[in-house]
Amino acid sequence: MSVDTAAPAAESTLPEGRPMDLLRFATAGSVDDGKSTLIGRLLYDTKSLFTDQLAAVEAVSAARGDEYTNLALLTDGLRAEREQGITIDVAYRYFATPRRKFIIADTPGHIQYTRNMVTGASTADLALILVDARKGLVEQSRRHAFLCSLLRVPHLVLCVNKMDLVDYAQEVFERIADEFTSFAAKLDVPDLTVVPISALRGDNIVSRSENMPWYEGPSLLHHLERVHIASDRNLVDVRFPVQYVIRPQSTTVTDYRGYAGQVASGVLKPGDEVMVLPSGFTSRISSVETADGPVDEAFPPMSVTVRLADEIDISRGDMICRPNNAPAVSQDIEAMVCWMDETRPLQVGGRYAVKHTTRSARAIVRALHYRLDINTLHRDDAAGELKLNEIGRVRLRTTVPLLADEYRRNRTTGGFVIIDEATNRTVGAGMIVEAG
Amino acid sequence: MTAPARSYQVSHLDALEAESIFVMREVVAEMERPVLLFSGGKDSIVMLRLAQKAFAPANIPFPVMHVDTGHNFPEVLEYRDQRVAELGLHLIVASVPEALANGTVRESADGMRNRIQTPVLLEAVEKHRFDSLFGGARRDEEKARAKERVFSFRDEFGQWDPKNQRPELWSLYNGRHHPGESIRVFPLSNWTELDVWHYIARERIPLPSIYYAHEREVIERDGMLYAVNEFFRPRAGEERFKARVRYRTVGDASCTAAVRSDADTVEKVIEEVAATRITERGATRGDDRVSEAAMEDRKREGYF
Repeated sequence: MSVDTAAPAAESTLPEGRPMDLLRFATAGSVDDGKSTLIGRLLYDTKSLFTDQLAAVEAVSAARGDEYTNLALLTDGLRAEREQGITIDVAYRYFATPRRKFIIADTPGHIQYTRNMVTGASTADLALILVDARKGLVEQSRRHAFLCSLLRVPHLVLCVNKMDLVDYAQEVFERIADEFTSFAAKLDVPDLTVVPISALRGDNIVSRSENMPWYEGPSLLHHLERVHIASDRNLVDVRFPVQYVIRPQSTTVTDYRGYAGQVASGVLKPGDEVMVLPSGFTSRISSVETADGPVDEAFPPMSVTVRLADEIDISRGDMICRPNNAPAVSQDIEAMVCWMDETRPLQVGGRYAVKHTTRSARAIVRALHYRLDINTLHRDDAAGELKLNEIGRVRLRTTVPLLADEYRRNRTTGGFVIIDEATNRTVGAGMIVEAG
Repeated sequence: MTAPARSYQVSHLDALEAESIFVMREVVAEMERPVLLFSGGKDSIVMLRLAQKAFAPANIPFPVMHVDTGHNFPEVLEYRDQRVAELGLHLIVASVPEALANGTVRESADGMRNRIQTPVLLEAVEKHRFDSLFGGARRDEEKARAKERVFSFRDEFGQWDPKNQRPELWSLYNGRHHPGESIRVFPLSNWTELDVWHYIARERIPLPSIYYAHEREVIERDGMLYAVNEFFRPRAGEERFKARVRYRTVGDASCTAAVRSDADTVEKVIEEVAATRITERGATRGDDRVSEAAMEDRKREGYF
């Protein structure tokens, strides 16, 4: 027996008619910075923390003899993490307010987990960096800011935490904010907000704190709810990596050929002139379809099926773009690479598999120009390899051309992963600096 | 070309749907033999709807598999068969009772079949040579799941190694594997229970009736309400009574509990889920109460 749903409950819509949207943010830091307390507070204050989760954490905390309820246990889900009291891996957490749904990629802060932070930042619209007001900026804060800029996270929020422990002093906050702002200017951070908070006491988390009347900015949650992310997407360069060709084997639908994929950037409309790479053939979009019917236009992050007026040979890994606005078609790729493999370093001459958009290739490392010290940003030209968590500038030669944009212009068509063909493990993340 | 004037926003449900469809297409494009795990539970029902959307107007290009513990709610089995017929799907049933009969597995002491369904699942995977299995698990369900990848690599024994997971960046999923190894794929990773219900409402997806409030004979054990049926017998001293309940999750009928509820429509369920202060597994699953790391331990052995 099944029950049909009655009248459809409207998906939650905001008063002004705008649908509730989605913001992905990454947090980085260690327990000392109060990161877990902050996440616990955001979850708790938005009623996203459940009583059974809290009870479980309280029981474990008590059994371990912790002096306070250790909210880190909420996110440290793995046995090894609980036993060692450390965060090893990225954990995903969810909460929502009436305005937005939030996905938190909660990543560990120590340098030995740089790869996890890079992973969390790769999909983030916003990154949240915490510093302890008593300690000010430390090496870790600068490193996190650098990684966020490397991964082109569009919005950065510095939370100066534990303001209660410095008597909510404006000059302490201003000093840290100024120092960070001038550091961030060197990194090309597009949008920076600095908020004085106390995660433990709830100051400036959900609402403005009375303890800091000198602070005129928004509370953290207010900022997260309202930060404008719609224009972060690239709506100019049409890039549609063909993911899968739909050809129904059926008697009712005949002669159907559609190119399925997710719009990486730009806006696609029926009637648009398009070019298909790498062949260079041109055609016109005859329709843009979804299972719910045709649409007038498609833009990121929509998953659609594009049909063309002409029958041309297109397969997975090809890219639909515009004749006058196309990515580079190149086998020579200059990229920043973060190495993620603990067993074997990246070496010049090394051969790997590469996955870029929906395209796979093999690649050889032609050159390692330098290794970057991610604490000092010093470039070591003499480096011969990249070990786990190290970042450097490399040149790759690929077996087939990649259809590539600069990562700073397009995170989807500018990013790639490196895979070890012997172990099949993902061993590196690349951000294209230049192709061709 | 200049940037268009309008805002080009999508709702959170549209964004989640687009991501799930991308994941499903990626599997079909890159893997040889996918299968979708279909239990008749709400998450696998939503997953099936997403599969329809991902490949339309073509049919869903993979079979579905039900790991049947033998402890089923009849409403759910009926729903499963009806859905499979409507969509013209190929259904594979991996049967725990059959495995018990031919001696491949033995009943566990507590009578729960959650643990023994794992070897039955793995045997079916090997027999049909599936290299990729879609599961409806969500990261908001449980803390071990919160750490699992969308493409989750399993070794030749079907085991998950939480400390040895592949980094997963952007939307670049790595499904490479050697023969005998496989990938578990979770298209609903970023959905919450409430997202699933909003989507069921929006898409008007029919569900098995036990998801909505109804009267049922139950007993109370460990603070949870269990339906009295052929798989679940009251112990001495446990009193049977009638209550208005619904199921938040649907699993093995011997260890899935109901919750008190008057929510008999999808709108009322959404209200209830939005207001609840207990997680769905915490409210309804006896099998997660074994230890702090019960889920992680089962997943290591090859459970979903």
